[in-house]
Amino acid sequence: MSYITKPVARHPGVPANAIGLTPRDYEGSMSTLCAGCGHDSVTAALIQAFYELAVEPHRLVKVSGIGCSAKTPTYFVSEAHGFNSVHGRMPSVAAGANAANRDLLYVGISGDGDSLSIGLGQFCHAIRRNVNMLYVLENNGVYGLTKGQFSASADIGSLSKAGVANRQGPIDPVNLALSLGATFVARSFSGDKEQLVPILMAGMRHQGFAFIDVISPCVTFNDHKGSTKSYAHTRTHMHEVIETDFVPLKAEIKTKYGEGEVKAVTLHDGSTVRLRKTNPDYDPSNRRAVLDYLGATAARGEVATGLLYLEDTNDDMHSFENTVDVPLVHVPYETLCPGSEVLDSIQDEWR
Amino acid sequence: MAEHGDYAVNDFAFKVATVNGTGSASANGLLLQALFRMGIPVTGKNVFPSNIQGLPTWYEIRVNKDGYTARSPDFHLVVAMNPQSYARDIEAVTSGGWVLYDNTRELDDEFRRDDVSFIGIPLAGMCVDEFEGSRTRILMKNITYVGALVALLDIDMDVVKGMLQQKFSAKQHLMDANFRAIEMGYSYAKEHYDCPLPIRLESMNATADHVMINGNTAAALGCVYAGATVGAWYPITPSTSLMDGFSDYCKRFRVDAESGKNNYCIIQAEDELAAAGMVIGASWMGARAFTPTSGPGISLMSEFIGLAYYAEIPSVFFNVQRTGPSTGMPTRTQQGDLMLCTYASHGDTKHIALFPSDPRECFEFAVAAFDLAERFQTPTFVVSDLDIGMNDWMIPRLEWDDAYVPDRGKVLSAEELEEAESFYRYLDVDGDHIPYRTLPGVHPKGAYFTRGSGHDKYGRYTEGSAEYMEVVDRLLAKVDSAGDAVPAPELHQDEEATEWGLVSIGGCHWAVLEARDDLAEQGIAMDYLRVRGFPFNETVERFLAEHDQVVVIEQNRDEQLRKLITVETGCPKKKLKSITYYGGQPLSKGHVLDGLAEWIPELASTAPEGLAASGRDVSGGDSESDPATAEATS
Repeated sequence: MSYITKPVARHPGVPANAIGLTPRDYEGSMSTLCAGCGHDSVTAALIQAFYELAVEPHRLVKVSGIGCSAKTPTYFVSEAHGFNSVHGRMPSVAAGANAANRDLLYVGISGDGDSLSIGLGQFCHAIRRNVNMLYVLENNGVYGLTKGQFSASADIGSLSKAGVANRQGPIDPVNLALSLGATFVARSFSGDKEQLVPILMAGMRHQGFAFIDVISPCVTFNDHKGSTKSYAHTRTHMHEVIETDFVPLKAEIKTKYGEGEVKAVTLHDGSTVRLRKTNPDYDPSNRRAVLDYLGATAARGEVATGLLYLEDTNDDMHSFENTVDVPLVHVPYETLCPGSEVLDSIQDEWR
Repeated sequence: MAEHGDYAVNDFAFKVATVNGTGSASANGLLLQALFRMGIPVTGKNVFPSNIQGLPTWYEIRVNKDGYTARSPDFHLVVAMNPQSYARDIEAVTSGGWVLYDNTRELDDEFRRDDVSFIGIPLAGMCVDEFEGSRTRILMKNITYVGALVALLDIDMDVVKGMLQQKFSAKQHLMDANFRAIEMGYSYAKEHYDCPLPIRLESMNATADHVMINGNTAAALGCVYAGATVGAWYPITPSTSLMDGFSDYCKRFRVDAESGKNNYCIIQAEDELAAAGMVIGASWMGARAFTPTSGPGISLMSEFIGLAYYAEIPSVFFNVQRTGPSTGMPTRTQQGDLMLCTYASHGDTKHIALFPSDPRECFEFAVAAFDLAERFQTPTFVVSDLDIGMNDWMIPRLEWDDAYVPDRGKVLSAEELEEAESFYRYLDVDGDHIPYRTLPGVHPKGAYFTRGSGHDKYGRYTEGSAEYMEVVDRLLAKVDSAGDAVPAPELHQDEEATEWGLVSIGGCHWAVLEARDDLAEQGIAMDYLRVRGFPFNETVERFLAEHDQVVVIEQNRDEQLRKLITVETGCPKKKLKSITYYGGQPLSKGHVLDGLAEWIPELASTAPEGLAASGRDVSGGDSESDPATAEATS
């Protein structure tokens, strides 16, 4: 049986959030991924983020394509609406859903095969279209469900489990998102929940397309020596460019950063993102400078992480399309149909 | 001198041959509308190349006092404005007919025919003398030939001038130029030729309750009236004007007066795959969403169509068919996607499809498609074609019942969910094969996981045989049950069945009706059924059973309707004869009569001389077009 329900067990010590829910209320069914899979850690971080933001489960929409990553929406927030669509095409489903109901929180979960090979076009166009959603790319450099083929994010020289070196240049989704105009671009590591959770929270509150590339190692097919997407490699080469703290609206500000230059960005809903740069020269609001910086770190074989670029705007697909503020699904039919008299006058033009 | 036969007033066809991109469309539209306003039944067919500028293009007009609107390829007059296509245009005139040409440059002798009359008018020369600027001269040349036709065909000049006044009321200088051009052509024809010609027009009162419109515009308006709010699309000939129409009407009737914001969202997608995904996403949320496309788009959307079928998401697809396979002939018409639409996607699938025969049905079926899609929670196709979608049709005025309420199907409200003990998305609670649906964000109890992977009736992932089969068996029963809900077949039959029965679909209708009337005049009665929806219902079964022989008439090579009938009904294949035409032009009565004569020997012998040979396209359209430039609009 592939469908496993989790026993309901509440830890008496866990406090409820603002709407009376505990982290357990944000969980889903039992994961069927391999033990130790990075994706399960991302799921745990998402659960934490939903809990801390006190997201109403039924106001959350989880969308995915096909692949190991695409399975994960069943592992969090059982009471949210989910849509496991077709391979690489989740962005279009999310765009259409968001067009119809702009009031819900959209979280898309994808993988490197899903977003960078079969769905590269849809991924790029969702960024250009600026669909208001959090887009999480669980990046492990490998196809898991079909047993270990290189994906388009595999680095040159990275070894497959069978010992074959990848020769083709990788597609870097962070680079892509930046160059296509994304207003929220981050990279993190499934093994660093402390970094990941505030970025996820900020991404959910960001207006427009929020992209986060999460290095999420595949323990079965891509965690060996010679892989550049393994736990060991990521841990040793990870370079946190910027530390992120997310402060929800009205919450008490208690930043965990003591030293360093802190930059606070207020989001459209009044919540605040606080960024502390590890390098005083780094400017997360200068797109061109960020691209240059990331190019330099990549050349050194380093994986730059953090909320790398943030631009606070009120733009998204709906502002481009000038759609009404109320979700289209709530516009009454009487408003939509011009009626018989108008039909008559239109037809007078057809004579 | 050519011999002119007996010509009835208000009963002939003519065509204007011009160069694509020279502005002749508005002149031809003016002509068509003038005849319509004279109360004469008229149809216009635009035969255009896949090109922006430079290739030959034709506009065909048929007037018929009896109201027949099928294409007639028997052209009594050709207005030959394009030297590039002189040879075939002059060849296309029926014997005893007329060629109107620009004699600013004398016609080469090789184009002359003894059996037709040549009417030379120095259009270019007159326009060079009368107007300034090359663009104006080119445009006014078109209006000048309209002026000549006003004299030659006895078109009501007051009607034409009235239309120009209406069109250019805000632009006095344009009105003046147009008036001068019209008068110039008119006077020249009057002075140099016997006007009117034996083929001529007389005002009637046969169009009062009608309008002139194309199917894509009508379908777009249907989407507005159905309450569609999300349209996603990728541009493709010949469906593009459907979304253009939706956009235009939305700008007029869907902008919130107070905020200036749109009560609709039109997304131009990156490809047809994305367009389908957007429609499915929006429909999943509860919006009425649609995409207009053509055959190649349906090929690309097929993966998503299967998802919508299996996950039971209402979604509306307009397929304005063009000539396939592959890129085919993007600006020619066909009914080549009947099987593609009814069974689109891998695995066992079957879809509701509606087949309009004219723009009126495009409007009505657009509305019906949304109702059916939501009621049966499944993809629904409106299968139109280039001829219906892009050509100008005279149709009875559209009607709208203000009491119409959209059929949203079985959707649970927040209150119903609050009171419900349980909710399972794919459970057939009522025994009608249709489960209840919830919309995201409405109520915590309504949440479920939508997936294209194997699922059981409770909506849970499964790889279990019995659980899987239970769901797909219900899906089959559900779609089959839509046979009685789709538009009923149109039946032309008296109480006692005739030996032969005719079956057709979509735009074939008008040629079949005309051919059938011709036969009836000879004393040969034939019952006729036009399929308007899929799955087929009992009426179709009965018609097939009641007739000893059935001829299926359609516009594709592979007898797709005949095959569908064979697969989906109990009718033995042997009983079904086939008439197919798939050259890319709209069907003419000659195709039907010729085809019937092949199956029914008595017809060949009783048909009057020339009957079977007429009404058939011999010109071959623009078969000589330059292959190197034929790609732009595909």
